[in-house]
Formats: sequence, structure tokens, C-alpha cells
Amino acid sequence: MDFLTTHAPALIVALPLLAAFAIPLVSRAGHSARSIFSLAVLGATASLVAILAVDVYSTGIRVYTFGATLPEMALPAGYTVPVRIMFQVDGMSMFMGIVITTVALAAMLYSLQFLKGQSGQPRFYSLMMLLYVGMMGLAFTGDMFNMFVFLELASIAGTGLAAYRTGMADAVEGGFKYIVISAVSALMVLFAIGLLYSQYNVLSIAALAHYMEYSMLDMMALGLLAGAFVMKLAGVPLHMWAPDTYTVAPAGTTPMILAASYTSMYALYRVTFTLYGGHIDTAAIGWIVIIVGVLSMFIGVMMAVHQTDIKRMMAYHAISQGGYMLLGVGVGLAVLADPVALASYGRDAINGGVFHIINHVFYKALLFMTAEAIFFRIGTRDTNKMGGLARNMKWTTLFYGIGALAISGIPPFNGFASKLLIYQTVLNFSPVLSAIAMFVSLVTLASFAKVFYAAFTGPEMPAYREVREVPRSMLIGMGILAACVVFFGLFPGLIVDTIVAPATEALINQTGYIDAVMGAVP
Amino acid sequence: MLSRIVRTVANQLVLFVLVFGLYLIMHGHDSPGGGFQGGAVVASGAVMLLVAFGSGQIIKWLTVRRLVTVACCGALVFIVLALGGTGTSFFHNFLLGTPVFGGVPTPGPGHGHVWSGGIIPLMEIAIGFTVMAGLSAVVLAMARFSGGEEIEE
Amino acid sequence: MEQVLLNFPFVAAVLLMGIALYIIVFKRNLIKLVMGVAILSSAINLFLVSLGYRVGGVAPIYTDVPEGPMVLPVPQALTLTNIVIGVAVLALMLTLVVHIYRHTGDIDAEKSRILKG
Repeated sequence: MDFLTTHAPALIVALPLLAAFAIPLVSRAGHSARSIFSLAVLGATASLVAILAVDVYSTGIRVYTFGATLPEMALPAGYTVPVRIMFQVDGMSMFMGIVITTVALAAMLYSLQFLKGQSGQPRFYSLMMLLYVGMMGLAFTGDMFNMFVFLELASIAGTGLAAYRTGMADAVEGGFKYIVISAVSALMVLFAIGLLYSQYNVLSIAALAHYMEYSMLDMMALGLLAGAFVMKLAGVPLHMWAPDTYTVAPAGTTPMILAASYTSMYALYRVTFTLYGGHIDTAAIGWIVIIVGVLSMFIGVMMAVHQTDIKRMMAYHAISQGGYMLLGVGVGLAVLADPVALASYGRDAINGGVFHIINHVFYKALLFMTAEAIFFRIGTRDTNKMGGLARNMKWTTLFYGIGALAISGIPPFNGFASKLLIYQTVLNFSPVLSAIAMFVSLVTLASFAKVFYAAFTGPEMPAYREVREVPRSMLIGMGILAACVVFFGLFPGLIVDTIVAPATEALINQTGYIDAVMGAVP
Repeated sequence: MLSRIVRTVANQLVLFVLVFGLYLIMHGHDSPGGGFQGGAVVASGAVMLLVAFGSGQIIKWLTVRRLVTVACCGALVFIVLALGGTGTSFFHNFLLGTPVFGGVPTPGPGHGHVWSGGIIPLMEIAIGFTVMAGLSAVVLAMARFSGGEEIEE
Repeated sequence: MEQVLLNFPFVAAVLLMGIALYIIVFKRNLIKLVMGVAILSSAINLFLVSLGYRVGGVAPIYTDVPEGPMVLPVPQALTLTNIVIGVAVLALMLTLVVHIYRHTGDIDAEKSRILKG
């Protein structure tokens, strides 16, 4: 048990990587062997994440150095800078780890039945495992170049999954856009890493933050990093790839690619709060994040209202909800230098933004899964052709209803809790922004209600008389997420105290992050 | 399929390319080279055969499925070696000082020893196999696909 | 002028990056887009390797090394990793271009576009 707790950060990344390369060999033994194997590996990894979470929330930041004689020894004997690759797991990393693992479990359960009859199935499971490894590595890493490598790994695996249905023309186009955007943004990240390395000769985030002097080259590096991560998380000026890619990804992979976008958002926060924390003019950078957030909210929801393709509408809503997260954390970033405002509403604003990440991933994954369930049964995504499905697909209708109410911020569901935090705190900062946020929420409700009436209620269409409910494993996947949506909505205080507040504390507390690695080095 | 001269020369040359690639893989830890570089050279040998004989001939014994198996085995050996030192920490060099590749290299200029470095030469060999098989599979699959045939899994 | 000649590798890297970004943004042929990403990758590799250069330096390998300062080895490791990633990304992009050509019969980005709105 102690062994597992000590080595958990490395095992969480090593075990699915091992499984990803073993799956093509295991598949020789048959379909069910492969399904059981992948579920077993993912379950084991999820329990390791739970063990690590308990440890991080009770003892603080965990540092794991690869190849050292003691995993916690960040500085080798006689050195004053860390030279080995390390994983540094603090509250925010653990939060992202929990989000990614839950979504991966639900997506894997959902995809088991979906793939029957498709070809190349070992590749699908291997790619899912590689995408999981890429995201977890990006969330846990404490080293800038390692961040680049895991970012590229997640992008390549995500493209393989998005373009999986190569028989459909739009799938390959969506995948192509994703890989071009990901490649360009990752190369910009590498350029910024080169700039930072040339000045300080270290690559680890804590050491860079310690030695940072914010010269002109560092400003350029910050601009490049922020631009690249905004491109990856589909923030508004650079969001053109997101509707196409989220629409065409099959089955449970859209929630995973969505989680990859929000892991890039985590990387953005890591760079602005921790790497550049004490040096930047947080008011200016905070306002830039707020403006990107407000633009995303507004343009996302306006483009979503008139879509007829159900998944494309949900993809635009994903862009819009990403704007909520940026708004919340941006307000917190803008008041970071002002201790009074930070204590009164800044910390709660970051709480709201971070809480919205996990809420959004859950209900958006649920909504995407219901849309894919409809596509699975009736073969079309066009809302003009749907109608009267509530009679035959009762569970899917229920899950869609839960998801639609959650995304609009209606009380007993989790969207309400995080949106209320964002409204209240942003009101203290600037009432106009809060008004825009509430207006966007209203339009969200309107567009989901429109699709509900079009697709589920109404007279039964003769073409869909034979449509049955989706298979059980898909329902279990959706059920897990729906249960989480309801649970988080009923007990938001518990979730905020346990998972979200340590994440916010970890973001604000830059010196803790540096001291965990550099110790008492002056 | 190209002319008889090209095919004969390719047949003879591929052995030299293979030996050079394996040399690069083996000496990766004390001279320029390593897993990726050597693997890419061997894959270029496979591409030479592909160009000389045409993909229809090559696919009879160098199927994509076998190459994927070799690549997966290489990657598995890499991760198992990395996990082997997990008693101390992940990727710990647990073979330093043992009889298998165990010579500890003295720091500073000198002659390089092949029989040193711990798990690093073994990892280079594993990566070499993965890259060999992986790059050859990519080129072979694209050759078959552009010609119009579908890829079997 | 002196400064430009002294820092010529960096100037060349930035010029290549500019050319690559121009190609990615403005060219419509998908193969040219893939070439643009390849040129961008090469430009970043050139930038990284030239970061490590020290005047009069030799290769950072201890086996039978001549006298003198050594160039930095870490940027060379970063560049190697980037080359490998670049190979994988380019292979993936080219495969997707072949798929798009098979479906729509055209590799012009405007004419082969299906997802709109």
C-alpha cells in the first residue's frame, strides 16, 4: 500500500501506456478479452488516482522524480537546480486528474457496445489509452518540455480518435483540422520553451518560476504560450476547429477530446499563475483572459442557436461554457495582486471557474453521449428529421433532460452551483459581465429547449417506430455521469471544500509550488 | 516493380543498410546514434526494398500486422524495463554495476565502452525495434492505401 | 548588419517560421498546408539547435573528444524529440489528406469542405 502511494504518479502514467501497447497483442484472443482487459486497466488506474488523491489532499504537494534514488528527492546530491524529469502533483493537478479519469471510465463503458461491427477496434482502445496517458501526463507534469511531449501525444491520439470513422467524409476533415491546429500550437509552445531555456538553462516549472526575471524575451514567451493554449482550448478568436472536430468524433471520444481541451486550459492556468505568477501585471493579463472568456460565451451561444445538427450545436455550447470558466478564473487573476478583493470575492471567483470545469465536463459528456445514442439508433444528426423519440428511448430522454437543465443552470443540478458562484463574484468585479453571463445562460436554455421539443416530444414519426433503447453498457456510461451531475448539484458545498478549494489554493500559492522542489535554495 | 538491375542491387544493399542501422542502435549511448536514428535507417532499407519490388510483392511476407506486433513488443519491452526499477523509482537505472551492461562510465573524455550504461542500451534496442517496425508499417500502409487497396487489420 | 550576421541562424529560423505561417494561413492546397507545418517544424528545430552553440565548440560526446568547449547537449535532445514527433504528425496529416482526396476528389481546402456553419 505504501509502495502504491509512493509510486502512484508514475504508475498512473505507466499502466495505461503498457495497456495501450499490449492491446493489439491481447486482441488476438478475442473481443471480450480486449474489453475486459481495457476495463480492468482503467479500473486499476482509477483506484490509483483515488489513492493519490487521498494522499495529495492530506499531505500536500507530491514531487516524483524519475530515475532518482528516492522519488521525492527533486535535487540530486550536490546540485542546486533540478536536472531530472519530475511529476509535481498539487491540488489543481489532482483536480484535473479526477476529472479526466471519471470521463475516461464513462467513455470507455459507453464505447464498448458502440464499436461492435466496426473494423480496427484494437486501434480504438489503444488510442483511447494513449489519449488518457497524454492528458494525465499533461496534468501531472512539473517540467515544461514534458508538457510539450504529452501535449503532442494527446493531440495525435485525439486526431486518431476523431478521424476514426474514415468511411465518412466529414470525419477525416474534422480530424485534419484538429491535427493542423494542434501541431501549430504545440510548435509555438516549443518555441516559447526554447526562449525560456536559453535564458535560464533549466526546464522545470518550479525552477523557472524561481529564476524568472520577466525580460522582453519572457514576455514574448508568455504571449506565445498563452496564444497556443487558447488555440488548443477553443477560445473565441481561435475556435474554428472545435465545432467540426467535436461533431465528427465517434461515441465516447468526444468527451475525451473535450477533456483534452480543458487540460490545455489547466496548462494555461499553470503558466500564468505558477510560472509567471509574481511578475506579470495580473490586472492586464486577467482582463485579457476575461475578454477571451466573454467573447467565447457570447459568440459560442449565438452560433449555437441556429444550428440544425445536434452535435454541432452542443459543440458551440462547449465553446460558450469554456468562456464561463475563463471568466471566473480571469476575474480571480485580475484581482490576484489586491489582497482585500482576493479574499472577499477573488478566491470564490476562481472556485467558481474551476468548479465549472468539472461540472461542464460531466454534463457536456452526458449530452454528447445522448446525441451519439440518437445517431446510433436513427442514423442522422439533423434535428429537422427527428421527432417523437421520447416514446421509444425513455432513458436517453431522461439523460438529455438532466443534461439540458444542468447546462442552463437550473437549481438542483450542478450547473447552478458553479454558475451562481461565477455570477455573484463577477458582480462584485463588474456588473456588466455578470449581466452578459446571465443572458448567455438564458439563450442556452432556449436552444436546448428548442432541440428537446424538436427531437423528443411531438408526434411519433413513422420512420422511427421500430427504434429501441440503446444497449445497456451505453446506458451505464451515461448513468454514471448523470448520477455525478445530480450528486454534485445536491451537495455543492461538499465538492467545493474537498476538491475545488485545494485546487484554487494551489493556483494562488506559487511559493508553495516552488519550495516543494527547490527547498531552501536562495 | 523496377528493372532487374535495381532489384539485384537492392537485394545486395539491404544487408549493408541493416548492419549500419543495427550498428547505430547498439552504439547509441556513447557515440552519435541511438534508437530512433538506427531504426529510421533500417526503415529506409525497407523502403528501398518497397520501391524496388513494389508493394504487391513485399506485402506477402512483410504484412502490416506483423510489423505492428513487432512495434508493440518493442514498446512493451521499453516500458517493462522502465518499470523494472520501480522499487526505487520509475526509470531508475537498476542495471548499473550488474554484469548485464553494467559498467559505470567514468565521467570525462576517454574511449567509449559499449558494455556500459545500464538499462540505456537495452532501451535503445527496444526503441530501435519499435521505430523500425513502426516507420516501415507507416510507409507500407500508405503505399497500399494510395494504390487503392484497403488495409486489413 | 553586424548583429544580423552574428545571429544568422536565429534570423534564418524566424524567416522560415514567417514563411511557414504564411503558407499555413494563406495557401489552399492541402499538400502545401502539410508542407507548411513541416517547414515550421524544421524552423523550430533550427532555432533549438542554434541555441546551444558555443563559439569553437565540439560535439558533446566524451568518446575520443578533442580539446575545447562543448556545445550544449540539452537543446539537441529537445530537437531529436521534436523530429520524432514531427515524423508522426506529418505521417498522420498525409494519411488524412489521402482520405480527404478519396472522399471528395479534390485537395483544395475550399472545394473539399463539407462541414460549414
